[in-house]
Amino acid sequence: MILLLEQLLNGLQYGVMLFLMAAGLTLVFGIMGLINLAHGSLYMIGAYAAAWTQQQTGSFLLGLAAGLAAAGVLGVALEMAILRRLYGRAHLDQVLATFGVILFANEAVAMLFGRQPLMAGLPRWLAGAVEIVPGVPYPLYRLAIIAVGLAVAAGLYGLIAHTRIGMLVRAGATHRALVGALGVRIGLLFTAVFGLGALLAGLAGALTGPLLSVQVGMGERILIATFVVIVIGGLGSVRGALAGSVLVGMVDTLARAYLPGALRGVMAAADADALGAGLSSMAIFILMAAVLLWRPRGLFPTHG
Amino acid sequence: MTRITRRAALAGASLLATPALLRAQPAPLKIGFVTTLSGPGGYLGADIRDAFLLAIKNDTLGGAKVQVMVEDDGLKPAQGKQIVDRFLKTEKIRLFTGIVFSNVLEAVAPDILDEGAIYVSPNAGPSSLAGKNCHRNYFVVSWQNDTLHESAGENANRLGHKRVFVLAPNYPAGRDAITGFKRFFKGEIAGEIYTRLDQTDYAPEMAQIRAANPDAVFQFHPGGLGIAFIRQYQQAGLGGKIPMVVSSPSLDSTTLNAVGDAALGIEVSAQWNSDFDNPVSKKFVADFQARHNRMPTYYASQGYDTALAIAAALKATGGRVDDTEAFRREMLKANFHATRGKFRFGSNQHPIQDWYAIRPQRGADGKLFLKTQGKVLSDRGDAYAEQCKL
Repeated sequence: MILLLEQLLNGLQYGVMLFLMAAGLTLVFGIMGLINLAHGSLYMIGAYAAAWTQQQTGSFLLGLAAGLAAAGVLGVALEMAILRRLYGRAHLDQVLATFGVILFANEAVAMLFGRQPLMAGLPRWLAGAVEIVPGVPYPLYRLAIIAVGLAVAAGLYGLIAHTRIGMLVRAGATHRALVGALGVRIGLLFTAVFGLGALLAGLAGALTGPLLSVQVGMGERILIATFVVIVIGGLGSVRGALAGSVLVGMVDTLARAYLPGALRGVMAAADADALGAGLSSMAIFILMAAVLLWRPRGLFPTHG
Repeated sequence: MTRITRRAALAGASLLATPALLRAQPAPLKIGFVTTLSGPGGYLGADIRDAFLLAIKNDTLGGAKVQVMVEDDGLKPAQGKQIVDRFLKTEKIRLFTGIVFSNVLEAVAPDILDEGAIYVSPNAGPSSLAGKNCHRNYFVVSWQNDTLHESAGENANRLGHKRVFVLAPNYPAGRDAITGFKRFFKGEIAGEIYTRLDQTDYAPEMAQIRAANPDAVFQFHPGGLGIAFIRQYQQAGLGGKIPMVVSSPSLDSTTLNAVGDAALGIEVSAQWNSDFDNPVSKKFVADFQARHNRMPTYYASQGYDTALAIAAALKATGGRVDDTEAFRREMLKANFHATRGKFRFGSNQHPIQDWYAIRPQRGADGKLFLKTQGKVLSDRGDAYAEQCKL
């Protein structure tokens, strides 16, 4: 029972991390109609900038700020220099071009920092573990990530549901052409939304650094799960991204934790391990297929 | 004739003349070096490549002119197959090395061997190619995968652990790891988990380890995976409580730097360490640091030993690999001094060697380094040699 609680927290933490990535990706798709594979590169850039700055200055918070700034600035530059030209093009062109950006970003980072993984540490005030219930310590840092992620979700909700920019974002997600026809400076809106997405990806990267390893190619790993999230949630919907993230985080974590054990009850241990490992790595894709069968446009479809 | 056209004409003439000049010299022996250079496993391949090239002086290896053609497989078996296909058919390469990961090697080794070409492994040594399916033209200089983890199993016995929780990724080398560990570990297995090769968050596994409350944890997570695992182990509060026993892939000198203090207390075992006190190893570590300004990992030492092994064979065959039986005879003599000290090939052309316990420590300069403690296994071959009929 206590173990289950801990695993639920793990699932929530993974889900929150996915949400930081998915929110930007789904907005960019919903509003600009752009499939941006390079979103994972912004995540990597955030992680590298944070880890490097932390190594130079010794301050975790300065590193975090640097990660946000680097991803945000480079994201806006990327939008203005390259992606802007792709909005009108077919999705396949976008996939090709942004895949090229991934290769470019990976090699650039490898040239700047080398292929050896970077060290990103934790400040003392975040390093310990707290007992969520007596006898079960849970890493304080993971709790902090959950808190940051939920705060970002609340902030995004406020921004999108209650501000003028949010109104334009919602309008853009349902009727792109009409928003432009009404005299909104659509180019500026696109850049702002992309910058926001990049900022969130950078935040995810900077937060992940101390947890995982900061290295070239780290963005591609989380990108696949992120795409699963936005497909489940409904392309373009931030609410969908939140629901999808938590769902994917929970299913992935719980399947990994309990499936092999459950299978051992009905078959030989060796077979159960092999089948359990296989099934649990497929779990989020099975979930996606099931959701799409039930709701072909995802949980919260946006386009009319 | 104006100056420009004259220059163009000269350039044209020299272009035409170059092939004739090149033909005058004997063509260098091409070595196909397929390795993983991109993605999270990229530094492993980079270390092996850098060390291999370190052994080549003036384009010469074992007295023969060589040309090393390096390609990145991206840890994708399909990509590895494409490169090997091109190397075999277009470049007519007969000698291959470099592959880091067992799943890539399992995919490309049949292509290389079926064409009658030679493969010398500087790292991956999957069980599938060590026993019944061993091959006359397939040599492993590093280790058979299982033996890495047999050394960890023996180390766990030595340290007196009775109940051990084991984890490894679900791919050929991961399964070899658990098999190898269990073969030598005498105690009880408290739990067994196969993680994913693309997994970076181990929180669910940490919870399961805590629930099982074992004497020790054995885990195999090479490269970046190991960094994430060890760091999260520390963050989950397991670091000081449940000891960890691993073999060298899970904690090398590069990951040690990225992990930091969380590595203190981990028990490692390996066939080579950077503090080995033999002249070959000392020279290798010094040269590598001078050229690349970083500490070589044990992967690098294997790349260097592979180059030395090939050099010894090439020297004896006069730089020829077309007579594969002659090359094989010379290769199996292992007529070279390895960085790891004692080295010879067993009947399945995999190494027979010693294994050592090593431990991370803080040096006088405040930096962490790996310190050799003592021998764990002597003259260990592998469990598959007897199934190999060559």
